[in-house]
Amino acid sequence: MGLLSLAIWTPIAFGVVLLALGRDDQARAVRWVALIGAVVSLLVTLPLYTQFNVTTAAMQFVENTPWFERFNVNYHLGIDGISVWFILLTAFINLIVVIAGWEVITSRVNQYMGAFLILSGLMIGVFCALDGMLFYVFFEATLIPMYLIIGVWGGPNKIYAAFKFFLYTLLGSLLMLIALIYLYIVSGYSFDLLTWQKLPINSHAQTLLFFAFLAAFAVKVPMWPVHTWLPDVHVEAPTGGSAVLAAIMLKLGAYGFLRFSLPITPDASHEWAGLMVGLSLAAVIYVGLVTMVQTDMKKLVAYSSIAHMGFVTLGFFLFNDLGLAGGIVQMISHGFVSAAMFLGIGVLYDRMHSREIASYGGVINTMPKFAVFAMLFAMANCGLPGTAGFVGEWMVILGAVKVNFWVGTAAASALIFGAAYTLWMVKRVYLGPVANDHVKHLKDINAREFFFLTLLAIAVLYLGLYPKPFTDVMDVSVAELLKHVAQSKLN
Amino acid sequence: MIDKLSLIAVYPEMILLVMACVVALFDLGVKSRTRTATYLLTMLTLAVVAALQASYASSGQTVYAFSGMVVSDVMGNWLKCFATLAVMVSLVYGRPYAADRDMLLGGELFVLSMFSLLGMFVMISGSNFLVIYMGVELLTLSSYALVALRRDHTLSIEAAMKYFVLGALASGFLLYGMSMIYGATGSLDLQEVAKAISTGQIKQQVLVFGLVFVVAGLAFKFGVVPFHMWIPDVYQGAPTAITLMIGGAPKLAAFAVMIRLLVEGMPGLAIDWQQMLMLLAIASLAVGNLAAIAQTNLKRMLAFSTISHMGFVLIGMMSGVVDGQAGGAGNAYSSSMFYVVSYVLTTLASFGVILLLARNGFESEEIADFAGLNQRSPLYAGIMALCLFSLAGIPPMVGFYAKLAVLQALVASGGAMHIGLAIFAVMMSLIGAFYYLRVVKVMYFDAPITASAVVAPFEVRAVLSLNGALLLLLGLLPGGLMLLCANAIKQMLAS
Repeated sequence: MGLLSLAIWTPIAFGVVLLALGRDDQARAVRWVALIGAVVSLLVTLPLYTQFNVTTAAMQFVENTPWFERFNVNYHLGIDGISVWFILLTAFINLIVVIAGWEVITSRVNQYMGAFLILSGLMIGVFCALDGMLFYVFFEATLIPMYLIIGVWGGPNKIYAAFKFFLYTLLGSLLMLIALIYLYIVSGYSFDLLTWQKLPINSHAQTLLFFAFLAAFAVKVPMWPVHTWLPDVHVEAPTGGSAVLAAIMLKLGAYGFLRFSLPITPDASHEWAGLMVGLSLAAVIYVGLVTMVQTDMKKLVAYSSIAHMGFVTLGFFLFNDLGLAGGIVQMISHGFVSAAMFLGIGVLYDRMHSREIASYGGVINTMPKFAVFAMLFAMANCGLPGTAGFVGEWMVILGAVKVNFWVGTAAASALIFGAAYTLWMVKRVYLGPVANDHVKHLKDINAREFFFLTLLAIAVLYLGLYPKPFTDVMDVSVAELLKHVAQSKLN
Repeated sequence: MIDKLSLIAVYPEMILLVMACVVALFDLGVKSRTRTATYLLTMLTLAVVAALQASYASSGQTVYAFSGMVVSDVMGNWLKCFATLAVMVSLVYGRPYAADRDMLLGGELFVLSMFSLLGMFVMISGSNFLVIYMGVELLTLSSYALVALRRDHTLSIEAAMKYFVLGALASGFLLYGMSMIYGATGSLDLQEVAKAISTGQIKQQVLVFGLVFVVAGLAFKFGVVPFHMWIPDVYQGAPTAITLMIGGAPKLAAFAVMIRLLVEGMPGLAIDWQQMLMLLAIASLAVGNLAAIAQTNLKRMLAFSTISHMGFVLIGMMSGVVDGQAGGAGNAYSSSMFYVVSYVLTTLASFGVILLLARNGFESEEIADFAGLNQRSPLYAGIMALCLFSLAGIPPMVGFYAKLAVLQALVASGGAMHIGLAIFAVMMSLIGAFYYLRVVKVMYFDAPITASAVVAPFEVRAVLSLNGALLLLLGLLPGGLMLLCANAIKQMLAS
């Protein structure tokens, strides 16, 4: 069994064991098994980084065996500099989520932990798949555990949220399925991604394929104007669900652009780059303004996620190395920061059972340790230099200025909005005098919470202060992708 | 003089016929309320028949027996094997249910099941209009009686009546169409009919006129729009054990008849019948999925979902011949076959769970009855969820690969219009996902009405778990079944 298979199937195997493990009277054992599973799953992904060869853009750790020959579908896995960090990120966030749900989840613990472990395995599968059908299977299969996580452990309006999540994203991916089938037929019956990337396609077909992929990935990212499902879902999802959704699941969409849209339909991507940049800027600016008026903390972070993901798509469609690499760095940093923000809100919610900003005020007086973490993550969220949030945004803005000064300027304005909505929330929630009796009786974070917040804080600061390990790994692959996208595939 | 080869080809049918009579007589001496002895004898017979069919199928031979009246080929033998297994599983799931509802006062359930299976066998292997018609009648007559088995239950009797009247009408259609084609071609033998049509000398008008009636008759049996009206009423009205019996295995036989009549008998008219099937498919996808949303009764909802799934099967059937070229025929028909087989597998498990939750005096067929099933029994809720996700076509369940197969056949078969139809089909399955998810929601998100644990006999638990596991297993490793279908269809087309 290869390293990538191990990374995919270890968490899934633990998840299945957890599902079989029984009921809530064994919750303690279940939690420990889940923790061991998450730790082992993270450990098996580490060799992917340590043994990674940064000098080549070719796929590494490749596994390729026939899966079902009737349709020439292969179990084809492999990673390059673009995908390697997402696998580690997924395994890391999974571990954090298991720790974060430790005491909070008391009903059907085995199903909760099992769903997260299985989900993490499936998402790693998406990042490794080099076969179109394999990608699609992993991509779609993630809907099932997430649907159950939102619906079973979610808030009051969870059912609406779960359905909206499932159907909205299914709508997009079904169109992509038709595109995959079309590619399978025109490529002479192959689902191989690398074959598709070399396939000449005429301009008309490229446009249709591009929009079919856009339907799937834009909804997942989500891009403006198909973003409306995200705030609803984030508000109702349990803390862990929100963290995984924001940190990893949104990246599946952005990753899809890198693996499908850009290399398979490069001419259409160039042709419609204006549209993509426009939609991204709308996300950055318009959604940035929408974020400012939110009164619900989770909704605020959800909208800010959309704005941040706008930077990612903006970077991709600038077609230069700064923009593309910046977009990928932004994906990673947003993975850490958004997870941290949602888990932070979760810490407050567990104590107060309210997400309204108005119910808080002066939390720093009663929870000083927690407030420090919250401040740090807030700073990262608004892109302060030295934190993870800064690096990606800055690279994308530089890339944008290279292409067009005004696009760069418009993107840069987002930093102002970001600072405005984040700091304003910090002021209203943490600073000032103690607002009410509930806040007065708040207990500061315990050792468990301190532990996972520390892990996240280290990640956020490390990526902010020394992003070189991240960018070094992806340099060659990014250059290769750009070279590929620059070549016309029209025949 | 009947030659020995002919006899060998119909051994399974002969065993089935003889044993059905033996079981009917044997049952007279059985006193037990659950009819264990009759049940065991039936199961033993069916197991032998299934094994025999499997061995025939794996021998890979095509035998035309009784001067071409019946054919024993790979496709037919596999379908017969699967149909037998489906009937066995239906009996395992249905027996406790039937025993609770005074349906086992006599051994009719077993005898009629065996006769209906015999009808399916004759349908599947018939290579002659009249033989096929006889098979259809044997199946449906047994089914009418099965639906009416709970004779003092008003709903069942009403369903049986509707089924009978509409079924008789459909048989009339089928027979009328067959006689037209007989009139035009001068033969009842499918091979001869195909040959006569391919000469191009037969008057097209009469042929197509007959074809319309044949397709309409088939559409009735398949239950596709606009010939679907009996499906929801019969599914809902029949005792659930019987719903399973008529909603499972007979779909395999109906598929085989469609292949025999249209593909083997009238390949020359493919352009005409493909258009008819396309219209039927579009209407079925739309009506089936949209009407299912409004249902509160799970059996009725699954009935409408069946209609939409049969629409998908027809999509595969209409993608075989493009511009008179049958190059993609193997791909298209084997996709349909894969779809039918995986659909039957899923139907068995979903009705199995409904049957399992039904208790004496309680039907458990409303969607609301499934509330909080996950808290009562995670295992059965999990199996039902696997079924529903499979029906919705979400990977990695087997239902997804069925849709994939059919859609790729459709896209491979042609131009922009077929891609448009593919987009329509996936949009309809998005609507389908909504009502399947609603049942998942009820099972997982709602609080249970009753906390009582779910009890089931060991055999039911074992078979149901295996059935559920297969949905996932065939999703993870679909290659074997796909290859089986592809080879079966390839053999059928070559002969």
